[in-house]
Amino acid sequence: MRKTMRLKSPLLLSAIAAFAVLLLQIGCGKKSEDGSTPVEKMSIQNQGSDTMVNLAQAWAEAYAEVDSLVSVEISGGGSGTGIAALINGTVDIANSSRKLEEGEFAKAQQNTGKEPQEFMVGYDALAVFVHKDNPLEEITIEQIGQIYSEGSTLTKWSQLGVKNAACANDEIIRVSRQNNSGTYYYFREAVLGKGRDFKLGSVDMNGSKDVVELVSKTPCAIGYSGMGYATADVKMLRVAKKKGDPAYAPSIETTLDHTYAISRPLYMYTLGTPNEHVQKYLDWIHADAGQQIVKESGYVPLPKDGSLSSGTPAKE
Amino acid sequence: MTNKRRLGTLAEPIIEGLIRICGISAILFVIGIFFFVFREGADFLIHKLNLKEFLTSTEWYPDSPSNKRYGVLALIAGTASVTGLAMVIAVPFGLGAAIFISEFCSQRLKETFKIVIELLAAIPSVVWGFIGLTVMNPLIIDLFDAPIGLNVLNGGIILALMSVPIIVSIGEDALKAVPDHYREAALALGATRWQIVYRVLLPAAKNGLLAAALLGVGRGVGETIAVLMATGHAVQIPHSLLDPVRTLTATIAAELGETPVRSDHYQVLFIIGILLFTITFVVNLTADLVVKGIRKK
Repeated sequence: MRKTMRLKSPLLLSAIAAFAVLLLQIGCGKKSEDGSTPVEKMSIQNQGSDTMVNLAQAWAEAYAEVDSLVSVEISGGGSGTGIAALINGTVDIANSSRKLEEGEFAKAQQNTGKEPQEFMVGYDALAVFVHKDNPLEEITIEQIGQIYSEGSTLTKWSQLGVKNAACANDEIIRVSRQNNSGTYYYFREAVLGKGRDFKLGSVDMNGSKDVVELVSKTPCAIGYSGMGYATADVKMLRVAKKKGDPAYAPSIETTLDHTYAISRPLYMYTLGTPNEHVQKYLDWIHADAGQQIVKESGYVPLPKDGSLSSGTPAKE
Repeated sequence: MTNKRRLGTLAEPIIEGLIRICGISAILFVIGIFFFVFREGADFLIHKLNLKEFLTSTEWYPDSPSNKRYGVLALIAGTASVTGLAMVIAVPFGLGAAIFISEFCSQRLKETFKIVIELLAAIPSVVWGFIGLTVMNPLIIDLFDAPIGLNVLNGGIILALMSVPIIVSIGEDALKAVPDHYREAALALGATRWQIVYRVLLPAAKNGLLAAALLGVGRGVGETIAVLMATGHAVQIPHSLLDPVRTLTATIAAELGETPVRSDHYQVLFIIGILLFTITFVVNLTADLVVKGIRKK
């Protein structure tokens, strides 16, 4: 009995010691935040769009090396969550994959007394994917809308004028996203049209990557996802705005000159004129280093020559 | 010695009390869960929901920009088709395995089988879903020329594999509960092994075997993540085994995460919860009553 006690006690002691050290460290951390140490560490609260959350994370990590005194804290939750936080004034920067609505703009102004400032930080192009053995090369917005929307009759590959040999019964399998996804909302509005609904019976996947994964294994399938998710096993269709128009593949160039139809700008919002640290962060995002990360994350960076890159609000 | 006895008389009521709390807590938890689920959905259920449309419409548009519709018939059909197929596969297999383990195999083989079946029961459901998504999907496309491998068949097979262990272990218990003198009497009359099983054991154990099957159904109705991954998650009434479907449980799992609290959509998801609770409650109650039937005999 005594032996085990002896064995146990050093373990216990060291555990207590570790705990004490931990407490001490927490105490110290608080102290420096209070400003008793000469150098103050700033934190920027950044919340919003799930589409942008990986990008925001990548920015934050890279920025930690640029300015070690500023830590950018990211949380997702969707564009709506970020905007709600902006309206309540609890966040420094709100990420959004859609523009602020007029009502939200007014609400924020009313609530905080400051005018929301808009910064465009990049673009997201949605690609339409099919299986790599599918002979289809291009499609119009109208056709995509007909495939996906409620009450439509476009259900066979042959109706698009192709013979999809790998797909035995010719049926188009629609791969879509779950209805809490921002991509789902954007696609519904941009492709199906305002106020329209998806046709039920589509296979709804949980993530952007899952869509591509399923399409790559299913010869009959069509799906949509960010172009950054493309793999060698799927084919990105060229998309034409309407019948007779030339079709364009999604790329950085076609997104920027607006020839590719299914793309959306990504925004960051602040309340009033941002403070020095936030402004510096936004400037860095708009500069080459930040835009390079946009490109690496599979999104489309802002055009180089535009006035947008200087960090001034992109008013439209 | 007297000291110890005094301690014993003191400890006795404490331990008794603790055990009583443990027992009662289970009931409290069930009531608490039902109360919570009901409270979250009650407002919408009582004031706004058109129950007839809810149960008979196949149009599930909880977030439509123009016309929100809450019809869960397609989801009920999804749950019913996947569970139904799973039971068609799992009940014969499960009961067959139970009969084999209990009556036909040697002692050593029996032990091995039981360990393997327990192992089968211990595989996490997300792993089953993963198998459905990555292994079964291409396999079904190849074998059946199906347009997509995530469908009723895939979900049904996965669910059957998950229910078999439950059916086997409960079915085997039921067979074991049949007194040996039944078997001895049948043997004395010159019955073959098959005749004993078919004419003596199955009738004698039929309540227990039915309970095993019903508990399997309960498992099937409640299973979430595996069917979410394997069935394709498409809102429609299936016309064949190769159509993708969506189940009630999968809908809650997929949509609850990001619906605003107390919104209509949120409350409807809780009403689906109430519906599921009712279904599993009825199934379990039936199983329980059936088991009680055995005890009376």
